[in-house]
Amino acid sequence: MERPAWAPRGIDITVPSVSRIHDYYLGGSHNFEVDREAARQAVGFLPGLPKFVQADRAFTRRAVRWAVGQGVTQFLDIGSGIPTHGNVHETARAADPGARVVLVDHDPVAVAHSRTVLAGDERAGAFAADLRRPREILEHQVTTEVLDLTRPVAVLLVGVLHFVDDADDPYAAVAQLVEGLAPGSLLILTHAAFDAVPAGEEGVRGAVEVYRSVRAPLVERSREGIARFLDSVELVDPGLVPLPRWRPESDVDDEHPYAFSGFGGVGRAA
Amino acid sequence: MSARAEAEDRLRRFAAIWSRAVYPVTTTSRTRAELEEQLLPLAGRLSEALTDRTLESEAGQYAGAALVDAHCTDPEALSRSLDVVDSYLVLYCGADGDREEQRARCARLQHRMAAGYARALRDRTLAEQESVACAALDARSAVAEALHDSEVRFRAVFQGAAIGIAIASLDGRVLEANDTLVRMFGGLGHPVRRNLTEWVHPDDAPHVWNLYGELVRGERESYRVEKPFFRSDGTVLWTNLTVSLLRDADGEPQYQLALLEDTTERRLLHLRLRYEATHDALTGLPNRTLFFERLEKAVTRPEGRFSLCYLDLDGFKTVNDSLGHAAGDRLLVEVADRLQSCATAPGEMVARLGGDEFVALTTDPRDEPGHSELAGRILQALEAPISIDGRELLVRGSIGVVDGPTGERGPAEVLRSADITMYRAKSAGGNRFELADPESDARAITRHALTTALPAALERGEFFIEYQPLVHLGDGSVRGAEALVRWAHPQHGVLGPDRFIPLAEHTGLIVPLGRWVLEGAVRQARRWQGTDNGPVRINVNVSPMQLHHPGLVADTVDILEREGLEPGALCLELTESALIGADDDLLKPLRRLAEMGVDIALDDFGTGYSNLANLRRLPVSVLKLDRSFTRGMQQYPADPVDRKIVEGIVGLAHSLDLSVTVEGVETGAQADALRELGCDTAQGWFYARPGPPDRLHTLDLVDAVG
Repeated sequence: MERPAWAPRGIDITVPSVSRIHDYYLGGSHNFEVDREAARQAVGFLPGLPKFVQADRAFTRRAVRWAVGQGVTQFLDIGSGIPTHGNVHETARAADPGARVVLVDHDPVAVAHSRTVLAGDERAGAFAADLRRPREILEHQVTTEVLDLTRPVAVLLVGVLHFVDDADDPYAAVAQLVEGLAPGSLLILTHAAFDAVPAGEEGVRGAVEVYRSVRAPLVERSREGIARFLDSVELVDPGLVPLPRWRPESDVDDEHPYAFSGFGGVGRAA
Repeated sequence: MSARAEAEDRLRRFAAIWSRAVYPVTTTSRTRAELEEQLLPLAGRLSEALTDRTLESEAGQYAGAALVDAHCTDPEALSRSLDVVDSYLVLYCGADGDREEQRARCARLQHRMAAGYARALRDRTLAEQESVACAALDARSAVAEALHDSEVRFRAVFQGAAIGIAIASLDGRVLEANDTLVRMFGGLGHPVRRNLTEWVHPDDAPHVWNLYGELVRGERESYRVEKPFFRSDGTVLWTNLTVSLLRDADGEPQYQLALLEDTTERRLLHLRLRYEATHDALTGLPNRTLFFERLEKAVTRPEGRFSLCYLDLDGFKTVNDSLGHAAGDRLLVEVADRLQSCATAPGEMVARLGGDEFVALTTDPRDEPGHSELAGRILQALEAPISIDGRELLVRGSIGVVDGPTGERGPAEVLRSADITMYRAKSAGGNRFELADPESDARAITRHALTTALPAALERGEFFIEYQPLVHLGDGSVRGAEALVRWAHPQHGVLGPDRFIPLAEHTGLIVPLGRWVLEGAVRQARRWQGTDNGPVRINVNVSPMQLHHPGLVADTVDILEREGLEPGALCLELTESALIGADDDLLKPLRRLAEMGVDIALDDFGTGYSNLANLRRLPVSVLKLDRSFTRGMQQYPADPVDRKIVEGIVGLAHSLDLSVTVEGVETGAQADALRELGCDTAQGWFYARPGPPDRLHTLDLVDAVG
């Protein structure tokens, strides 16, 4: 039975959470032993996995700074996770102290943590919502209070779409999001690419199994499948590319091989 | 390059080496170049500490903590940093002077760095653990709050709902019941808290408890029924009951949820409306609608018998007209009560069809076929006078009884048969019952069919006229003809006027039909005038209704003028009975026609109340003697009494200056006798049967009876 809107989800910290696992990958301590155990298992299969997550963060950082450079200073980060170092809020504020940021995640602990971090900041807010119901995100009180949706907003879908199954129609969700944005808004997204992982099939399967066991099954999509998320926007240069190749600020050759295990791209809404 | 610039260059090179060593094990999202920028001030601080001993401790700890800040939190980063410091700090950043002293300081700096790094990392780890634990707690209390809010909302919905809600365990224990439900059951006194399985009512639909069983066994998710309950005061509560099975997270049946909507009022209203729609407001008896439902059920059952009495009060219209409708209504109520008391056995019902028509239906009567005990009882029940406004009224009724096996006739057919039979009882004098018989039914039905077919038949020209000669008894010549209308019915063949004229008279169609006959006959008479046989008089029958019709004179004049026939050639025949009690108003049109020269014949003379005195004031010029007087003269010698009567009538007629025509002359002996008695004109089969106009002058002159 579908859970009624007024019945909240329970919190069970004995179940690992992706946002805390990724915090652990990034050297953070915003995690519990169950998270670390899951993280250790995944890294056991794919030793470079933290480097991929790190590359995701590095891409985000470049994209956010580029967006500010384009004059877009409002950010809606969906799947924001635990706001550790290099998060959108920090990066955007570094680039423009007046930047406005809304963090959205479906993990209530991540949201609670974000609220603590952003406490007292009127130009930032966080709330729990599900990417699969984009209207709830766009119409949420925090969104409408912090952001001016009549002006361009950069929406970030970093490291999140590969957790949404096709059965939930993430394409329609992304299209609905874009539809609710002012012209000139930006869609910033990344997506894992299984076949680019520099490890054997066995390693990938093992890691996928770990994520499935923590109730965050990974969805494999081809580059074309990923590109379709950007159908409703105009891709900016250099298009949809392996993460390190998107407007690099250092020598791409120096990048860790696992950093290439996903695609990143930015599109502009008409 | 200045010494200072050179020192800065060496510092930068040291920072570059450091960043290259550390970057691969950091988790920063910054680039290596940016990390190098972060490390550069640390290199500066370390470099200063090499030459200034007082800075040693602070710089080392600072650099260690700064590494943690730069997200070099992997212990490998510390190890590599210490390696770099150990290998390159003195080399790149050392000052001129005692190298050994600087190496020793470098070693101590490394100790301080390690300690500073460890402390910063520990602090950061503790802070982050604290913050994530707080976040988890916050999230949990937010959930708890939301749960509480939701619980409050749910409670409000539960208690405030307009429908009754109960939650019960699978064994039927009621765990929760809202106020509405308690109120519906009539207050707290009611055992709402008792087991669901005790909520039994005798009017429960048979399947209700099967559904219940299926639900609690988990074989059914929900059911919806209309179910009565006892309220605490013993009255009935009718509900629309919906019961759903609630399962736990693993899908195991756990509770049952019952939603009850109070439909008692609606049901009562429905019953009342149904009662009003099926009962007569005046007498309270079942009405035509309900009777038809029952009759249909009774006569269409596959096996069994039925008996139907159709009662119509005799002379009820008189009561209504003389005593008023209120009295009439009271009379009907009393009759209804008496009928009701006659039909109390199971399988008997009485209904009022409307007006003063009642029916009594018996399902599976115990009478012999062809008898009706109930009809007898009804007539008996009506025998005692009914007292209305101090008057004792005698009420009589005519009853048509239809009985028979079921499954043969439909309700409408049965009712029609009863109706026809009732009219038979009425024509037989009333205050009796008659049993239906198929022949009378068939006759009545044909009569009905002919009546309804008449108007179309006139339009389609299905009527035609035959002519029977009127022969002058003196010289045997044809002096005239009687026009006789026929109906060439497509199914029944040629029908004589006795079959349809009374029907046309009854429906009023006689007026246009009579006009049509008059027109045709006059036209034919005009045609005969031009032939060698000379002028012929034409006799046309006029019915009582035509006589009352205001257009009779105008129509007749119009036709005569149009066809060009002088009025003296036309004779209108009227029956004696049509003129009985005729006042001057009614005679006026006849007088006018007579004044114009039209002859008026008194048809069938002697069959009615032959008021001889009346003859004087009637504008009559011809008497047509009924055939009953002349039948006795068919033989030779003629019956002497008949002779005397005819002789007397002829004498009387002639003394009043009326001519006499005799009908039904069938033998030569008859003709001779009538001639001797002085009759003027004769018609009958002896001369000719009615036939087409061109046969008028062909006389048979043979005895028609043998």
